[in-house]
Amino acid sequence: MNFYGVSAIYKFEMARMKRTLMQSILSPVISTCLYFVVFGSAIGARMGDIGDVPYGAFIIPGLVMLSLLMHSISNASFGIYMPKFSGTVYEVLSAPISYIEVILGYVGAAATKSVILGLIILATSKFFVDYSILHPFWMVSFLVLTSVTFSLFGFIIGIWADNFEKLQVVPMMIVTPLVFLGGTFYSIDMLPEVWQTISLFNPVVYLISGFRWAFFGVSDVHIGISLLMTLGFLTACLVTISWIFKTGYKLRP
Amino acid sequence: MQPEISVKNLNKSYDDGFQALKDINLDISRGEIFALLGPNGAGKTTLISIICGLVNMSSGQVLAAGNDIIRDYRKARQAIGLVPQELATDSFETVWAAVSFSRGLFGKPANPAHIEKILKALSLWDKRNNHIMTLSGGMKRRVMIAKALSHEPRILFLDEPTAGVDVELRRDMWALVRQLRESGVTIILTTHYIEEAEEMADRIGVIRQGEIILVEDKNRLMNKLGKKELRLQLQNKLEFLPPELAAESLELSESGHELIYTFNAQHEQTGIARLLRTLGDLGIEYRDLKTRESSLEDIFVGLVRQ
Repeated sequence: MNFYGVSAIYKFEMARMKRTLMQSILSPVISTCLYFVVFGSAIGARMGDIGDVPYGAFIIPGLVMLSLLMHSISNASFGIYMPKFSGTVYEVLSAPISYIEVILGYVGAAATKSVILGLIILATSKFFVDYSILHPFWMVSFLVLTSVTFSLFGFIIGIWADNFEKLQVVPMMIVTPLVFLGGTFYSIDMLPEVWQTISLFNPVVYLISGFRWAFFGVSDVHIGISLLMTLGFLTACLVTISWIFKTGYKLRP
Repeated sequence: MQPEISVKNLNKSYDDGFQALKDINLDISRGEIFALLGPNGAGKTTLISIICGLVNMSSGQVLAAGNDIIRDYRKARQAIGLVPQELATDSFETVWAAVSFSRGLFGKPANPAHIEKILKALSLWDKRNNHIMTLSGGMKRRVMIAKALSHEPRILFLDEPTAGVDVELRRDMWALVRQLRESGVTIILTTHYIEEAEEMADRIGVIRQGEIILVEDKNRLMNKLGKKELRLQLQNKLEFLPPELAAESLELSESGHELIYTFNAQHEQTGIARLLRTLGDLGIEYRDLKTRESSLEDIFVGLVRQ
């Protein structure tokens, strides 16, 4: 185990976060505040409770997930795309480090940032809405699991992308719609039946539903299924990454 | 003695079918400076990239410091430092952070004293807290060398180390390479500047279209293939070579204004004195004369043209 190697990558990536504090922490916090003002206060005041949960509190898990997914993907994809773009990736490829260690460094750092971000957003939410967390252990578990899974997904995108457009296209064109249609601002019970069925194909539904269950004990789908789906996506990402490193796809010609 | 790098039957074909390396066999001994010469696209960088782990080989075997580069990749790579051809550095890091990062990446615990030594040797010490993007191209090149040396490698690859580098840095680099060799580091360099190979290398390998066509001790190569030439500018045009001068190594230029005499400088009797006496006897006058030694470049161009 090349412990020094992992720690070098991890620290390098964390240092990047410190340099881009505005972009990494401040901008998601500000955008979350805007969501609270618009959806929580302005619109939420006219909305009834969903389940027994006031609308302002109901959207918290979804908003945290929204930032978590977007930032896990962008952090991790940028983390590996930049060395590829600037050419410095040669150093990582020629280093005595296994691909699992490379991932521990890059994905570990990206996931750490996401977890920190998630916790900051939760803390910010307290200023707008009063809420309590029913299952803190599961809340943290979902937070960590989602951060890791989507950082892995971002890492894959970062390797796949060979220009900046590709780097942006997946988060913008696929993940954003999935999150908005994944029950961030509503319970999927509120949809017509056809759309409910379609929604079940959206993986983000399971994440948000599971996360919301950890907060309020109510969910669209069973917590076990949420957990299974998340773990399933995590496994798929791991399999893809091990394939990438075994074949050298876009890394080693 | 076991070679420091041993390449056996190495082949590389890219996905598009291009065969970049054809059955390469090469042994490099511990502590030598080996120069790999070849025209653009001959496969120099591909060979280095395979040994360093940047490119997958198609078939063959490579040992570095006695370790298979695939099976024992950790040990093999730990022994190697690479300075690639392309200038690739992190822009936002400081010099110190970037070089320390490299040492960690290669599995070594932090050692500020060693980093300090390298930075001083490369005249980077004053710049240690500068962001890399503020440095000049030559300075960035030094940073890349510092990164490659940060983990104390036994083998150092320099891929075109002095391409686009000013004279001062080139001299510095040569001095550093010699110093490294004295400390037992094996150095493999590729270069376009034949002068550089001539100045530095112990042995020379020539690669052409993916094949190694020659590996030879530098001095032996220069002796074997190197010639010296004496050119005499004649006062008056000669129509033909007088029979008294007929010798294999003497020829008249096409214009008839120049006599070209080739000789081996290593011989005791070069025959120059005799030639000049004969010219005097024949009344052939010349207004200028110059000698020149064929450089490694001439030898190289001759080899690659074949």
